Amino acid sequence: MVDRVSNGIQIKGTRDGLMVTLDEKIAWETLKESLLAQMSERAAFFQGAKVVLEIGNRVITGEQLGKLKDDLAAIGISFWAVLSQSAATEESAQTLGLATRIHTRPVERTGSKSLDSYLEGEQAIFLRKTLRSGFKVASHGHIVILGDVNPGAEIIAGGSIIVWGRLRGIAHAGAEGNEDAVVCALDLSPTQLRIADYVSISPQRKGKTQPEVAYIENQQVVAEPWVIKEH
Amino acid sequence: MAARIITVTSGKGGVGKTTTTANLAVALAMANQKVVCLDADIGLRNLDVVLGLENRIVYDVVDVVEGRCRVRQAMIRDKRLPELYLIPAAQTRDKSAVSPSDMIRLCEELSSEVDFILIDSPAGIERGFKNALAAADTVLVVTNPEVSAVRDADRIIGLVEAEEKGPAKLILNRMNFGMVKRGDMLAPEDILDLLAIELIGIVPEDEHVLISTNRGMPVALDPTSRAGIAFHNISRRLQGETVPFMDMDEKSSFFSKLGKLFGPGGN
Repeated sequence: MVDRVSNGIQIKGTRDGLMVTLDEKIAWETLKESLLAQMSERAAFFQGAKVVLEIGNRVITGEQLGKLKDDLAAIGISFWAVLSQSAATEESAQTLGLATRIHTRPVERTGSKSLDSYLEGEQAIFLRKTLRSGFKVASHGHIVILGDVNPGAEIIAGGSIIVWGRLRGIAHAGAEGNEDAVVCALDLSPTQLRIADYVSISPQRKGKTQPEVAYIENQQVVAEPWVIKEH
Repeated sequence: MAARIITVTSGKGGVGKTTTTANLAVALAMANQKVVCLDADIGLRNLDVVLGLENRIVYDVVDVVEGRCRVRQAMIRDKRLPELYLIPAAQTRDKSAVSPSDMIRLCEELSSEVDFILIDSPAGIERGFKNALAAADTVLVVTNPEVSAVRDADRIIGLVEAEEKGPAKLILNRMNFGMVKRGDMLAPEDILDLLAIELIGIVPEDEHVLISTNRGMPVALDPTSRAGIAFHNISRRLQGETVPFMDMDEKSSFFSKLGKLFGPGGN
């Protein structure tokens, strides 16, 4: 899943579940409403998710947390932990039975900043197998396949698609409207290629195959050989 | 010793599942293996016809499953090959008359009595296919050198993998090497490239197959026909022998040389 920041809410997929970071400058009620709106809008996707809420120094009462827990539970999301620098907030979380520490990710103290050379990257799924006819892979993030994608198989990604092998099935990158998404393959011969709302059919290949990348340019899907750039 | 349980399937209809099952059964039986064929195509049976045993059916697989007879009573013994038996499908019922667990139970019962159980799967990916697959320890996928048959074979191979019965082995049936040479037919290499599974046999297109099928005399009974030899080779590979693939090219160039010797028009 791609990181999302909107209306002061950042949602990130981690090993501990969805890490939801709330902007301290925005009122709690406003944040709560927009968080619930975002999550119920894509309820099918968030269904069954475990949420960790990161709320910084803000003081939140047990009643406020309890209300949010109930509202999230109503849309099938479990709220299990609160990360806060405020002792009062931690206490109210504990009385509700919420965790206030998670093992794998220490609370980032305010003011601390990650190194410039450290990149978070984006969420992708990786599959090492041949995708045969009738099989489908879908993800809101990027999709990387090490293997062939045979005719009759489908890949649908919110982000980009990379196939280290032959792509002969259907590929849809940027399926949620991202026109910057690309599709790369060692042999790019899809039955059909879609990027965002643009659809294209591969031309009959002449000559030998080579790695290619497809993207949108001037409102249409173009594919060009992947060349190692001279920097 | 427990029997090998081999399911012959394809996804697409008409590619030669039943012919392959019948001929492999004959070839294995001719190699002194005790074989029972099980027709899982309930409602559209024809393994009995291809084996020429249609007129001897009294009980069928549904009778066994529903307890109207014992397994032994439903096993029709082939008169030509005493080690070959058939358990026919029911014609008046449908696939839902048998469940995957019924098939497993039936094969367990047969397992101690025979060397090979060959299951002829129906076309499709529904209940009948699942029944046929349930008991299998080896799956043979039959395909023709046609785009649509290869596409379905790919789907079936994926489903076999998903059932953890894989990796399936491939039989290329009705291969016409003359057409491949002219570029009018998918070449075996192209098909294997796509399907990426082990090839266990190539059966050349041979009109003897149709003639013998219509007579209820599987072509493998005639070990001189090209298709018959191919089926015997597959049977030997199933028994663990390493048998080189027939060199079709050699054969056709041999014939074309003969043709040249005898003047134009011959091939």
